[in-house]
Amino acid sequence: MKADVAVIGAGPAGLAAAIAAKENGAKRVVVLDREAYKGGILPQCIHNGFGLHIFGEELTGPEYAARYIDMADNAGVTFMMETMVLSIDEHKVITAVGKDVGITTIEAKAIVLAMGCRERSSGALMLPGDRPAGVMSAGTAQRFVNMEGYMPGKDVVILGSGDIGLIMARRMTLEGANVKMVLELMPYSGGLTRNIVQCLDDFDIPLKLSHTVVKMHGKQRLTGVTIAKVDENLNPIESTSEFVSCDTLLLSVGLIPENELAMGLNIQMDSVTGGAVVDSDMQTSMDGVFACGNALQVHDLVDFVTEEASRAGKAAAQYKKIAKLFVNTIAGSGVRYVVPQKLVRDGIDKTLFFRATKVTRGWYTIARCRGKIIASRKRVMCAPGEMENLVIKDADISGGVTVTIEETKT
Amino acid sequence: MIYDAAIIGAGVIGSMIARELSMLDIRVCLIEAKDDVASGASRANSGIVHAGYDAKPGSFKAKFNVLGCAMMKQTTDELGVPFENCGSLVVAFNKQDELALAELKRRGDANGVPTQILTGAQAREIDPMLSEKITSALYAKSAGIVCPFSLTIAASENAIANGVKLYLNSEVTDIARKDGVYEIAAGERDISARIIVNAAGLYSDEISKMAGAEQFIIKPRKGEYIVFDKEMKARTNNVIFRAPTKLGKGVLLAPTVYRNMLAGPTAQNIEDKQDKATSPDGLKKVLNSVIEYVPSIERGKAITVFAGLRAKSPTHDFIIGASQSADNFVNVAGIESPGLSSAPAIAQHVKDLLVSLGLSDKKDPSATRKREPIEVFANATLERKKQMIASDKNYANIVCRCEYVTEAEIIESIRRGARTVDGVKFRAAAGTGRCHGGFCMPRVMDILARELSKDYSEIQKSGKGSRVLTGKTKEAL
Ligand SMILES: Cc1cc2nc3c(=O)[nH]c(=O)nc-3n(C[C@H](O)[C@H](O)[C@H](O)COP(=O)(O)OP(=O)(O)OC[C@H]3O[C@@H](n4cnc5c(N)ncnc54)[C@H](O)[C@@H]3O)c2cc1C
Ligand SMILES: Cc1cc2nc3c(=O)[nH]c(=O)nc-3n(C[C@H](O)[C@H](O)[C@H](O)COP(=O)(O)OP(=O)(O)OC[C@H]3O[C@@H](n4cnc5c(N)ncnc54)[C@H](O)[C@@H]3O)c2cc1C
Repeated sequence: MKADVAVIGAGPAGLAAAIAAKENGAKRVVVLDREAYKGGILPQCIHNGFGLHIFGEELTGPEYAARYIDMADNAGVTFMMETMVLSIDEHKVITAVGKDVGITTIEAKAIVLAMGCRERSSGALMLPGDRPAGVMSAGTAQRFVNMEGYMPGKDVVILGSGDIGLIMARRMTLEGANVKMVLELMPYSGGLTRNIVQCLDDFDIPLKLSHTVVKMHGKQRLTGVTIAKVDENLNPIESTSEFVSCDTLLLSVGLIPENELAMGLNIQMDSVTGGAVVDSDMQTSMDGVFACGNALQVHDLVDFVTEEASRAGKAAAQYKKIAKLFVNTIAGSGVRYVVPQKLVRDGIDKTLFFRATKVTRGWYTIARCRGKIIASRKRVMCAPGEMENLVIKDADISGGVTVTIEETKT
Repeated sequence: MIYDAAIIGAGVIGSMIARELSMLDIRVCLIEAKDDVASGASRANSGIVHAGYDAKPGSFKAKFNVLGCAMMKQTTDELGVPFENCGSLVVAFNKQDELALAELKRRGDANGVPTQILTGAQAREIDPMLSEKITSALYAKSAGIVCPFSLTIAASENAIANGVKLYLNSEVTDIARKDGVYEIAAGERDISARIIVNAAGLYSDEISKMAGAEQFIIKPRKGEYIVFDKEMKARTNNVIFRAPTKLGKGVLLAPTVYRNMLAGPTAQNIEDKQDKATSPDGLKKVLNSVIEYVPSIERGKAITVFAGLRAKSPTHDFIIGASQSADNFVNVAGIESPGLSSAPAIAQHVKDLLVSLGLSDKKDPSATRKREPIEVFANATLERKKQMIASDKNYANIVCRCEYVTEAEIIESIRRGARTVDGVKFRAAAGTGRCHGGFCMPRVMDILARELSKDYSEIQKSGKGSRVLTGKTKEAL
């Protein structure tokens, strides 16, 4: 089979990329996804809070997905569902496997990587203690509760204050579970402020900052965890350790972009984001291969996923092999990373996405080029858990662009 | 029915003995306390096939290790178990260490195991990521790696196919003898047998005592491990040991047959035979040790941690032999390391021993030494993959996205005896990758529930009391 644009993943990123590719003239746009249903992670996110930026209203995950699924269907996007991509080769030939198609290959002119992300597991944290049933990632629990209709436990401790953990704290409470606490290793939450308010505060669930689990107990099923406060070097303080009985430990300790396919292609990766290095067309280091959504960088808001993916889809539709001139973006003081990592000088204004290294209040986000401020915003609050953005004018870009978060604007 | 022989404990030792006995025209059963085979030390160990230079010359350990190592290739070929003859290096960082290497070499010579002393540079030639600080190394070409639980599962499957009866969930709690027949209380049932083979690992002391055989005490000695992602750049081709010091053998770093890197074990004497908890100190020690060997090891590439319990023998050697006080009772106890490496040789030895006790050595003409492994879709060529899908559509459904395990392989693992999420994991590798089941566990549970006609909420992680779910949600009720 041949495709002008092949999109891997039918989550919000893949859907938006496919729609944009169609709108920008690509004839045959094929989206492959290993699931039977479209929408990626959204079908299991039955809470609302999606689409505020784009639609000006709060939709649930399935509602948000449905809008884009309709648009994609109307635009004439071809879907190959229950089809998992196994590999991509350097000629942009995709090998995929599915019950309907068996093993098949697709030759694509351009490819958009939109595989989403996965959750970090307890093993990756090297969490000590027993390894009983009752320990799972928050997203797995979300799937059990929202898609299968089953409860993973009754007395729950949540480690990590990522958004999924916060949302599951509320969800499990509404389902009658006793959510005892949310523990966060860092002195600040990894999730959105609105989720802390709506999911913890409203239900009187304590958020214990600078705390972690130092031991899991239980031979068969979890019986409890030992928790402790950590010092400024994040080492547990033994004298503060206490036993908390629970039958369930949910982990919301970070998401990792899913990039086996990109790595198989030897695409240049960013060790901070875990995603590919891209230019402002969302093109990776391999010509004609684009990346967006959680596979590129972990997003907290789906609206930005959609925006980013639209850009990738458009560029994929218009893809021609040409030499581009780049400048680099640089994460300066207070900034953990900036995406895109490279900017193409093409007359189009650019949105820079970045994350703070720590919590600050009333500071400025600043983009500079050759020492000159080209964009800035005063922020009520910056936190690692909330992605920031700045728009810069193409005309202002005369060299590398450094993004910083500073107390004063000088 | 009276069995000719009952083997207690379905670890690698019991299973390999069962397989050996299954070649004979006799009635054999294998009795296991847990809900699956390979539930003890045989599940959680280093998976090293030691070359045999280490054991004290003249000991059972030396004898069976050297023999077992030589038999491992053929055994694993017959059983369809992953094995690699990758070689091992004992590395030295200083003069003291180098003296220890020389002693190991002497032992190797005495045990008939060829080894070679290399310079640090030579060691780095065969394993380029090794630390610059390594001054010398002892190289043993014959060492290898094997998947310990696959070997156990395969041996028991082979034995069962040849007619051995496996009793799971059957903890032996009492042994009596009447008219030359042992009456074994095992879980819900009573089993009669003429001969007992005690291969109960950590609990072999209790079984021996129950039968009125020799009294000895087996103590647990814990070893903690870290498993690293396949994608970690830091790797070695050989098994890397540290030169032994007064404090013991130290932590090793090894590739696994699945291409992960494995680091461990610690060595901690404990009392509780069920305490398999890992500890911050233990894991830190493991990590720091292997970073010494290969400085580019990344903590962030860990995918899981676990601990295993050695059955520490009071004699520092395997306790293998017919009891002096209980007739027709054979101990195969205190099988600490290198028990895995020795297993094929121990199994043959025990068979011969039983024959010398009067067991018939008449061959079962229909018995086979071959067992077909579950074919791994991910490892197949493109052509073969197409054939597999053409023969069974379930090969086209990839359930474990990290290890690309298909629904067909999971169904096959259930057909072969997997009853829990872990049972599937140890047979089909679903959930062994970097997300460690985060993605596939709900799907594996779906397939288990369907294939076993159970409710979703009844599915257990690893056995009694380990249900993953506690009930339905409000809406679903
Ligand atoms: C649990 C959770 C709660 C969230 N809550 C909110 C919220 O309240 N508000 C908000 O705005 N945002 C929220 N988000 C964020 C937002 O939903 C995500 O950022 C967004 O879904 C990411 O979209 P994506 O398309 O990049 O990835 P996904 O939605 O993860 O989609 C990726 C798709 O790719 C497919 N895929 C991957 N690899 C392959 C392959 N090899 N072959 C075929 N298909 C493949 C997957 O099956 C999947 O369908 C939440 C995210 C999560 C995980
Ligand atoms: C940390 C560690 C690292 C090791 N590394 C290596 C290595 O690299 N190379 C090597 O060669 N060897 C190694 N070993 C040693 C090797 O793992 C053991 O020698 C081997 O697994 C022992 O097998 P087994 O069958 O005797 O014991 P087990 O596997 O423990 O099996 C005993 C079985 O008996 C069952 N049982 C116990 N009591 C009863 C009862 N009352 N009724 C019924 N069933 C019962 C148990 O449930 C268990 O399944 C290591 C061991 C450990 C712990």
